[in-house]
Amino acid sequence: MSTNHGRPAAYYRTLTRNLVLFVVVVSLVPLMFSGAVILYEFDRAYQSKVEQHLEVLLNKHRRTIDAFLTDRLADIRVLARSYPVEMLKDPAFLRAKLSLLREEYGGVFVDLGLVNPEGRQVVYAGPFHLTGADYAQAQWFKQAKAGEHFISNVFAGLRGSPHFIVAAKKRLMGRDWLVKATIDFEAFNALVEKLVIGETGFAFILDREGSFQTKPRQEVALASGAWRELLRRPLDGGKVTIIQRTGSRDREMIYAAAPLKNGSWIICAQQERADAFSLLFSAQRMAVTIFVLGGIVVILVSLLLARRLVNRIAEADSQKEAMNEKMIEAGRLASIGELAAGIAHEINNPVAIMVEEAGWIEDLMSEEGPLSEETLSEIQRAVQQIQEQGSRCKQITYKLLSFARKTDPTVKEVSLNSLVEEVISLVGQKSRYAGVRIETELGPGLPRVAASPSELQQVLLNLVNNAVDAIDSEGGVVSVRSNPDNGWVRLTVSDTGIGIAPANLARIFDPFYTTKPVGQGTGLGLSICYGIINKLGGEIKVTSAKGKGSTFVVLLPAISQSEAAPETTDPAARS
Amino acid sequence: MSAFKVLIVDDEVDFLESLVRRLKRRMVDATGVTSGEAALKYLAAQPADVVVLDVKMPGMNGIDTLREIKKSHPQVEVILLTGHASVESGVEGLTLEAFDYLIKPVKLDELIERIMEAFDRRKVVGEISSAERDAG
Repeated sequence: MSTNHGRPAAYYRTLTRNLVLFVVVVSLVPLMFSGAVILYEFDRAYQSKVEQHLEVLLNKHRRTIDAFLTDRLADIRVLARSYPVEMLKDPAFLRAKLSLLREEYGGVFVDLGLVNPEGRQVVYAGPFHLTGADYAQAQWFKQAKAGEHFISNVFAGLRGSPHFIVAAKKRLMGRDWLVKATIDFEAFNALVEKLVIGETGFAFILDREGSFQTKPRQEVALASGAWRELLRRPLDGGKVTIIQRTGSRDREMIYAAAPLKNGSWIICAQQERADAFSLLFSAQRMAVTIFVLGGIVVILVSLLLARRLVNRIAEADSQKEAMNEKMIEAGRLASIGELAAGIAHEINNPVAIMVEEAGWIEDLMSEEGPLSEETLSEIQRAVQQIQEQGSRCKQITYKLLSFARKTDPTVKEVSLNSLVEEVISLVGQKSRYAGVRIETELGPGLPRVAASPSELQQVLLNLVNNAVDAIDSEGGVVSVRSNPDNGWVRLTVSDTGIGIAPANLARIFDPFYTTKPVGQGTGLGLSICYGIINKLGGEIKVTSAKGKGSTFVVLLPAISQSEAAPETTDPAARS
Repeated sequence: MSAFKVLIVDDEVDFLESLVRRLKRRMVDATGVTSGEAALKYLAAQPADVVVLDVKMPGMNGIDTLREIKKSHPQVEVILLTGHASVESGVEGLTLEAFDYLIKPVKLDELIERIMEAFDRRKVVGEISSAERDAG
């Protein structure tokens, strides 16, 4: 069986593509949607978790640092309040106290000093030689004299290294002495430096003017947008303020700040977002990876399945195609079978004549004596008759063979009119005995159609055969007309037969539907016609009136005039 | 010529002529017509003893013609000629009181034999019926 009537490869490609798209969209879209929702919710939850963590961390350190400062101040206040100025004036006493404090608190206290009301340090215990140093003009001294006690900002001072001062007043005879201790910057710095957040996070302390009170682990651009924005905020009420901005080198950063030391200092922290959210980001990466891998698997599987499915469909299609061809073949044989009785009779008639004529010659030759002139010419006439009838037989068998040969689905340029004539000559005998007159009106210059001649012959044979069968013993007329119709070729086969009941009209093209008695019709004829005409891109329609006859109209696409020369068939009507 | 009259009915003119010609040569008084309608018309005009009738004819076919002949001329014997493919019609003809059926092409001798037999029966039936008439 040929496969050139199968569907084009493009059809199967489109089918595969649509199947794959459908499966991929249906399976991946919900996955993507739920993934996105989960990621979003997780992101939000993690965001607040990170901020809370930062807040807790900053609050804890803020308390630690505040406690450290008030404790150190308390140490000095206890010292100032516990001993009279006379005792404090004793350098040995101060040294003893300093070593006690250093023992207790490590290297936090650097030195101790007593500053008289004029700002001169009268006694000093410590590593530097600052006895007699004059602080009258120092900023911290002025500020310290204003209150009961005092913690200075970090400054370099006389010694030229960063430190800050914790001082407490000691009133003696209406004059304010100051007991002053220097806190080692490094020791204080360690408190903040210990505050490490993740891999990249660190903290530092600023005063309200924006100078560093501790040494940040990394350089901090306070002038940069994010810090400026954050430090301009009120930062009151002991709350931690957190913002997220793009920092230097285009890194996403988290910035946090909270007031300290009654609002005169600010503890600041910064961390790279990628670090803070590293777990989130790795979860996101994993989710995306799973999604991508899953997507690839889904696409591959759907491709594989679609391929298989489409292959199966293609296989089924080609099987169906083969089956159709077989059915056409079967239908063809069935129609020839229906014609067989007529054709047998048609052959039988000339055979009977030949037998009679041969017998006649025998009779003549059995006469006694020499053959007369008259007898000889009679024999000659009989022989000629035998020859004529012989060639009539030959024609009939030739016609029958032209129909009985195998169906060839190859599409050629076909002249519809000559096919009609062939078919009518075949049905002629049958119709004559049925009392049916066949009229033809074949349009001249009919364009050719692209079709398989044997298949189209089949269509015509079925239609004309049915038309003849539709006419009852009263006799009637079957007319076959062909004419061009605007790019189409129209063939009309109408009969004056019994017609088709409206209820049956819808079913006549169904396979195996027949109203003929069992054994006389396969019910395949019209369904085969329908299949063949559909395949050729044509149309078949029927109108019928019960008792008045039916008309079948077949429209076939014509080969355009430029492609093929029109046929020149003599439109002479035949009957 | 024979003492009885035979009517041959066949739509195929060449066959008809040839058969009539040969029958005449065998001294059978035969006449040919080409359709059922013509046969009925002929019988209405003049008597015949045996009718040889082709079953398959356009217009009025052999079976219909047989039915009509038996209706209007019941004593006429009818021999049917059928093709191989229409033996059923021959059998149907027998139920309609045809004398016999023969399958075309038929040997002339056999046909004549059948015609004689048919005529014999026709004679017997005719004698019985005339005897009945005499007795009545």
